[in-house]
Amino acid sequence: MTVLSIQDLSIEYLSRRGPVHAVRKVSFELAKGETLAIIGESGSGKTTLAVSLIRLSPRSARITEGSIRFRGDTKDLDVLQLDDDELRRYRWNDCAMVFQAALNSFNPVISIWDQFLDTGRAHGMGDSRRVRDRASELLELVRLDPERVLRAYPHELSGGMRQRVLIAMSLLLSPDVVILDEPTTALDILTQRAIIDLLKELRDKLGFSMIFISHDLSIAAELADRMLTMYAGRVVERAKVDDMFYRPRHPYSVGLLRAVPRVSGTLGKVVSIPGSPPDLIRLPPGCAYAPRCPFVIDACREAEPPLIPVDTPEHDAACIRWQDVAETLRSDDEIPVAEKLA
Amino acid sequence: MTVSGDTTVRGTSLIELEGVTRTFKTPAGVITAVDNVSLALGVGEAMCVVGESGCGKTTTGRMLAGLLQPTSGRLMFEGADVWQTKGPKLAAFRRAVQLVHQDPYASLNPIRTVYQTLSAPLFKHHKSKRGRDARARVVELLERVGLTPAPDFLVKYPHQLSGGQRQRVAIARALTVDPRVIVADEAVSMVDVSIRISLLNLLLGLAREFKVTVVLITHDLAVARFFARGGRIGVMYLGKVVELAGTDTLVEDPAHPYSTALIAAIPEADPNITRNKRRVELRSADAPSLLALPPGCVFHPRCPLAEPGLCDVLVPVLEGIPGREGERREVACHVAQRERAPAAELLGVR
Repeated sequence: MTVLSIQDLSIEYLSRRGPVHAVRKVSFELAKGETLAIIGESGSGKTTLAVSLIRLSPRSARITEGSIRFRGDTKDLDVLQLDDDELRRYRWNDCAMVFQAALNSFNPVISIWDQFLDTGRAHGMGDSRRVRDRASELLELVRLDPERVLRAYPHELSGGMRQRVLIAMSLLLSPDVVILDEPTTALDILTQRAIIDLLKELRDKLGFSMIFISHDLSIAAELADRMLTMYAGRVVERAKVDDMFYRPRHPYSVGLLRAVPRVSGTLGKVVSIPGSPPDLIRLPPGCAYAPRCPFVIDACREAEPPLIPVDTPEHDAACIRWQDVAETLRSDDEIPVAEKLA
Repeated sequence: MTVSGDTTVRGTSLIELEGVTRTFKTPAGVITAVDNVSLALGVGEAMCVVGESGCGKTTTGRMLAGLLQPTSGRLMFEGADVWQTKGPKLAAFRRAVQLVHQDPYASLNPIRTVYQTLSAPLFKHHKSKRGRDARARVVELLERVGLTPAPDFLVKYPHQLSGGQRQRVAIARALTVDPRVIVADEAVSMVDVSIRISLLNLLLGLAREFKVTVVLITHDLAVARFFARGGRIGVMYLGKVVELAGTDTLVEDPAHPYSTALIAAIPEADPNITRNKRRVELRSADAPSLLALPPGCVFHPRCPLAEPGLCDVLVPVLEGIPGREGERREVACHVAQRERAPAAELLGVR
């Protein structure tokens, strides 16, 4: 069953030099209980896309086309058409977001308890007793001591604890979808591990769907069922996690996978992607990745390649040379891309 | 410090920290950020210091670069105690050792062009006398750090550059004074994953081709493994070096329970590997505060190998234990030392 369905979504930012095409005709669906990872470099449009899903885009952003549809157990919402009241009920109740900078997500001068209470009240949990019970229950789920944490102020908690509080708070109204922006960036390794394990456990226990945005492929490898690769505002590849890691078909996904060294297993041939992402105001004609792509041919510069099915019906890539990519990577075995190309 | 790896032998090191300790006064009390750390680096060596936040890696880096005076212990450069030298000799040390900062958005002056940023130290240190010499030298430096075509970059301001390009300018600036040692503190953490490797390769190239000693300080073990392949990695925890070993040995067969736990916990960009990793369960998830360090081994409250009466009483020191193929490695763990076996083996995650 689909909980969230995004169709042809395009978002622009206004700038003095002209519109910045941050998100271009993005479509995807999120199934109930599914975890979707959106990966890409900074400037690929992944955060713009994520905040638009709860309509928190900054004022300079404009949704120029497309639709966002939420289907819960009892409701069917056209998210872009909601009025202020409906929007408030949709946020947190149906779809919650955990932001990247854990400290900035709190009001620094009120206690954690007051942050829970404010959130609960704003979204229809009138009774403070109910908020306290639910908050305590959730804090215990994320392995924090409610007595201590609820009394604390944000600065009194470590980065890992703050991230756990934010995750607990996002679940306060039992949303169907939780969006996490770089949930483990800037955390220490052992804390990262604890957060990843925690997210897995919560997902299994509570059954919500997750979308997380990351430049970190290892988090996707840990948590995702499916992945989207974004480049210059577009989805350039969409695949199940194993297909993306072992059988990528878009040269940009291949490039990202080869750019990340690993600690275990063989090191393989790790190389950076040459060049930098294009100017989103003046995009190059044809495929936006063409200037950096090792597979580029003249036809790539003529028209932007559509997202087409490759290998299996559940695997799409926006590359006219995907078969050549497959040929270069050859074997279908579960060998990391960096090793195949070594 | 004992001899470690094959690259550095005591007495031939270029730069060395000898039992340095550094304390800081804070409103809440005195903290020991770095406690009795020794580290020796040879000419052209590329080494990594890894650890989590609060482990003292940045303080160690700043002491190595001579920017922070140790509370006790010595910084030796070419056999001389740096903090006892003055005048031209100290100035020569300052030129010889350069620091590259983490944040290329903050480390470059936003109102100076690349040419202005890079030519200022050339004039200051009398490396160039005339504008024409300086321009030629700046172009050469830009080419060396891969900013080509170099003339295009001369007139650019930092805001016109990407994070990776800025970090290249910062490295070029460090190179203006022909340094012998570069300390790079989290130099790739703030640039995009897609270009980190090329920056690491640039730093490695300096070590290989120009015999510059490069110390990379990082929290990222995968980055450390890539950078220090063929070299050494030192692992720090709460102010101490807990393990020092050749990179392959450290990554495949860690000797200290802390390094073992880190390697077992790290998420990897490979679903099969990362979802089937054998974990090391720690006894406590949170690191103790630097204000209230535990007695004995600082890792004992979290350590799965800790033995009461030993680890909570005696402070372990770095000591060699046999590695694979006769390679030496050092570990500060009572249990690993007594068993003469790495923690990875003792914990069954080898």
